[in-house]
Amino acid sequence: MAISAVSATTLREAPPPRRQRLLEDERWLAFVLLVPTIVLLGMFIAYPFIRGILLSVTNSRVGMPGDFVGLANFYKIFNDGIFRTSVYNTFVYTGVTTVFKLALGLWLAMLLNRNFRGKAFTRAFILLPFIIPTVLSTFAWKWMFDPTFSVLNWLLYHFGLITGRINWLGDPDLAMISIIIVNIWRGVPFFAISLLAGLQTISPELNEAAAIDGAKPWQRFWHITWPLLLPVTMVVVLFSVIQTFADFQIVYVMTGGGPANATHLFATYAYQIGIGTGLLSEGAAISLAMFPVLFLVVIIQLLYIRRVEVR
Amino acid sequence: MGQVVLKGINKFYESVHAVKDVNLQIRDKEFVVFVGPSGCGKTTTLRMIAGLEAISSGDISIDGNVINALAPMDRDIAMVFQNYALYPHMSVYDNMAFGLKMRKFERPEIEKRVREAADILGIGELLKRKPRQLSGGQRQRVALGRAIVRHPRVFLFDEPLSNLDAKLRVQMRVELKKLHLRLGTTAIYVTHDQVEAMTLGDRVVVMKEGVVQQVGEPLELYNQPANKFVAGFIGSPAMNFAAVTVTEADGSLIAENSGLRIKLPDEIAQRLRGHIGREVILGVRPEDLTVVGSADLDHPCFDAVIEVVEQLGSEILLDMKVGESIMVASVEPTARVRVADKLRVAMRRSRLHVFDAQTEAAI
Repeated sequence: MAISAVSATTLREAPPPRRQRLLEDERWLAFVLLVPTIVLLGMFIAYPFIRGILLSVTNSRVGMPGDFVGLANFYKIFNDGIFRTSVYNTFVYTGVTTVFKLALGLWLAMLLNRNFRGKAFTRAFILLPFIIPTVLSTFAWKWMFDPTFSVLNWLLYHFGLITGRINWLGDPDLAMISIIIVNIWRGVPFFAISLLAGLQTISPELNEAAAIDGAKPWQRFWHITWPLLLPVTMVVVLFSVIQTFADFQIVYVMTGGGPANATHLFATYAYQIGIGTGLLSEGAAISLAMFPVLFLVVIIQLLYIRRVEVR
Repeated sequence: MGQVVLKGINKFYESVHAVKDVNLQIRDKEFVVFVGPSGCGKTTTLRMIAGLEAISSGDISIDGNVINALAPMDRDIAMVFQNYALYPHMSVYDNMAFGLKMRKFERPEIEKRVREAADILGIGELLKRKPRQLSGGQRQRVALGRAIVRHPRVFLFDEPLSNLDAKLRVQMRVELKKLHLRLGTTAIYVTHDQVEAMTLGDRVVVMKEGVVQQVGEPLELYNQPANKFVAGFIGSPAMNFAAVTVTEADGSLIAENSGLRIKLPDEIAQRLRGHIGREVILGVRPEDLTVVGSADLDHPCFDAVIEVVEQLGSEILLDMKVGESIMVASVEPTARVRVADKLRVAMRRSRLHVFDAQTEAAI
């Protein structure tokens, strides 16, 4: 780039105007190119984040600026039973869905990595749950879990597995299971496609070499495929954990946090307190409570990626 | 023991007939090389022996037992891949030990065998390294080591030297030969490089489009090629070919085309009695062409004009125009020749080859 820039200037007879000379300077050019990113990140990430912190240490409500109250909001939410349930729910929700998404995604990826008729079509088809807007697909699921119109109940009834209706979203435990199922359904394609991409980078010769070396199929998976896929798996899992931990749409549409606040996650509870009831500062405190966990996850992810890159 | 027999082996990929009726007996301790241009079915044949590719029809047996249905690991073979196929996350030691661990060998035995193989290959210092920390030549040795430790009945090599640079390739070629002499294990080796095939093989199998063209010792292929393809494939620079018409004059046979008119020596003339009036292909290797001062009575001669002179140091290659076609001659480095020189060139009569114009088989 430098060479072409030099030849461009020497070709011109008159000295270039001042503005152009500034752009030839790499430091200035770098600054100019970075400005849009800095502005966007500042406006949409840094400002809301700092505003959130400032808000969480006041007693602002909708329409009331409020005063500084220190950590009173945090003290309050830690003594709030619903908040504790939300924390518990969020960990269960994230933990259970991640395990299932990884297991099912890996299984699907291994199947899709084989050669079969209609491979390309199936691979594209698998992505559907990921492509449909979450709110729309979740509404469809809400109908399937509806106590009166539930197609699941209808199926189970017809196969003689149940005699009465199951009130999927009316029972706290079943409601939790329901939103977990929807999250898994939505998340598996992302795992499957990412892991499939990872599998395709593993040379088939390695598996052939291992087969000749005497490794049985599951030994080949355990000794060859799994360790070589681990970097991709780590990144996908951590990425999914962050997404799931801060999930909002599925719970909001399916249960709205109910029944009786039994299925709230961090995000939905923060929304209910901050926007629903107008306690802006308390809502901010709830969302900020997610921060330490997510921060830790991000740190682990960055450290791991760096280690893999060094390797 | 390691005697491999291929009987009527065929391979179909949907509509493609990749390997056609291959029959071959490989003796114990023999080094057999499959050679041919890419897509000739040599690698597919090797992979069928390894068990990585299903056999469409025919039988493969090792030491008398048909192994068609056996999994690769039950065939007691070891394979060296073109891209080495080293396990990138394992150390050199673990790469070599993997096969033994999978076969549940005792630790001390594994250790002993790995050390032994590492010593043979001169990679004892590298056992703790990961494959990515090794050079191409070192990786190649590790791949060999992984095959050696198993003490298999048959080694299979799939173009193992093609990823190395020219100098290293020559060096590893020699080492492979030594290794085979030392271990004496039956080896089946696939390559597209005819020099590798000639230097390594006890016997060479030349393949083209899924069909075995000729099986024989290297010099046999060189001196008595079964057809035009083998004649052109084996030897560098390649054999010269000229399409000529056979005619009879004064009781002797004449081969001629637009730039060439030679009297055929008796031994060839006898074989061509049935081809009078027909077209045949004459073949002669560059080193069997010599520049002569005047008409040479013993050998058939023709006139040529030099188009290109290639100085190789040990020899000079002359690209000559003979009528409408080009022929290459390899002459002594001391020869004084220049572009556009007109020459009289003689063919060593005992080294002439003739091929049928239609079937391309040697006559």
